[in-house]
Amino acid sequence: MKFLDGCKADATADLVYRACPMHLLEPMDLIKDLEPGQVLEILTDYDGALEDIPAWCAKHGQEFMGISEDACGDCYKLYIKKICEEKS
Amino acid sequence: MKRAYMDHAAATPVRPEVLAAMQPFFAERFGNPSAVYDLGSEIKAVMEEQRGKVARLIGARDNEIIFTSSGAEANNLAIKGMALATFLKRGKHLIVSGIEHHSVLNSARFLEKFFDFEVTFLPVDRYGRVDPERLKKALTPATVMVSIGHGSNEIGTLQDIPELVAVCRAAGIPFHTDAVATVGQVPVDVTELGVDLLTISGPALGAPKGIGALYFRNKLRLVPQLNGGIQESGRRGGTENIPGIVGLGTAAELAGQELDEKAVYLAKLRDRLVAGVQENIPKVFFTGHPEKRLPGHASFCFEGIEGEALIFLLSSQGIYANTGSACASKALKTSPVLGAIGIKPEVAQGSMVFTLSRDNREDEVRHVLEHLPPAVERLRSFSPVWRKKMAEAAGA
Repeated sequence: MKFLDGCKADATADLVYRACPMHLLEPMDLIKDLEPGQVLEILTDYDGALEDIPAWCAKHGQEFMGISEDACGDCYKLYIKKICEEKS
Repeated sequence: MKRAYMDHAAATPVRPEVLAAMQPFFAERFGNPSAVYDLGSEIKAVMEEQRGKVARLIGARDNEIIFTSSGAEANNLAIKGMALATFLKRGKHLIVSGIEHHSVLNSARFLEKFFDFEVTFLPVDRYGRVDPERLKKALTPATVMVSIGHGSNEIGTLQDIPELVAVCRAAGIPFHTDAVATVGQVPVDVTELGVDLLTISGPALGAPKGIGALYFRNKLRLVPQLNGGIQESGRRGGTENIPGIVGLGTAAELAGQELDEKAVYLAKLRDRLVAGVQENIPKVFFTGHPEKRLPGHASFCFEGIEGEALIFLLSSQGIYANTGSACASKALKTSPVLGAIGIKPEVAQGSMVFTLSRDNREDEVRHVLEHLPPAVERLRSFSPVWRKKMAEAAGA
């Protein structure tokens, strides 16, 4: 998994403390509003997201860019670059 | 027998329009809003429409409303959810006022007992108002949040929430207010109040028991108190109570349309009741703030009697009121709220609270004023404490 530093995002989904599978459902919604090439940041404290998000990107043709740590250390930050439009 | 029900803070009948709106969602339109097929997605759309109606009543965004089972649950989620989400960053100190509802006080005590939080229970003045300077002095670098109710169901006093919020905002501390007593009674706008979290109860608006809501400002994090799945965007587990949510949405919409007219009407009825009590009953204390109070709320302490005995005498005349909050009243305990505003225990025992609604009429107020003075007089005639007091007064 690639570790990123100072990655800029166009939108953020804050899913900290929110129940599984919100870490998949909300990003799926938010990415629809982005343009190809834009970046979505996902904040989550759910360990399973580290597997689920890259797998979701691979399945949906989006680019999983990598991960960084939150300065407060209470969540992961995962980054997705939108490559193609999601089917609604 | 003529009936005058004036205990609307304890229970309010479901409005006919609300009941009619809810009806299809018990059997015909029963789908689960989380289901992906059309029976579910249609219900999800209905639920989101109701969320919008609740949001509009308080000037919030739709996605800032979480449906709960009650005001008590919303208070639990606000306090425990917020405190547990932030204590690692800030610390373990929490501030509530001493006259909060049990669901606020006991949520704070829960954090104290099981998570080693330190809780400051702020004192109030003789009207039940929190002094902003006192709040400011109570804040510490470890304070995670402050919870002070907007209005008291027991003494009717309204807090100056924007003034208290300003103190907290300057220190970057989130502010929660329990607005169960005020939403639908007085204008409540989350932006004007400046609060970060706000509690709503369905029954207080004419929706059924079993539904409430929590407003939380976008960007806040809450630790769920009911763990489940994706319901309420992963913040509150459990399949949503759709009939209740439709009831709350409908009641919220009606409340918004009727608010100004209702407040004027209730204040007029209340003022007649208060004036009548003042004219006809000696040795009575009016509790709460004389002006900054809920429009349909009149609260008194009658010296020399027990409020519970008065409840029974009045109910025999079809008059229904309360001695304070419904739960405290049943425990036959002297109200801690009255203690906090400095009412002596022997006087606090004679507490009586009338909470009016738009269903009450002037003839009902007259009915109360016809039966309340003789009931007080009768109870005082049995009371050795009252007779002794009168004898002493006559001797002096």
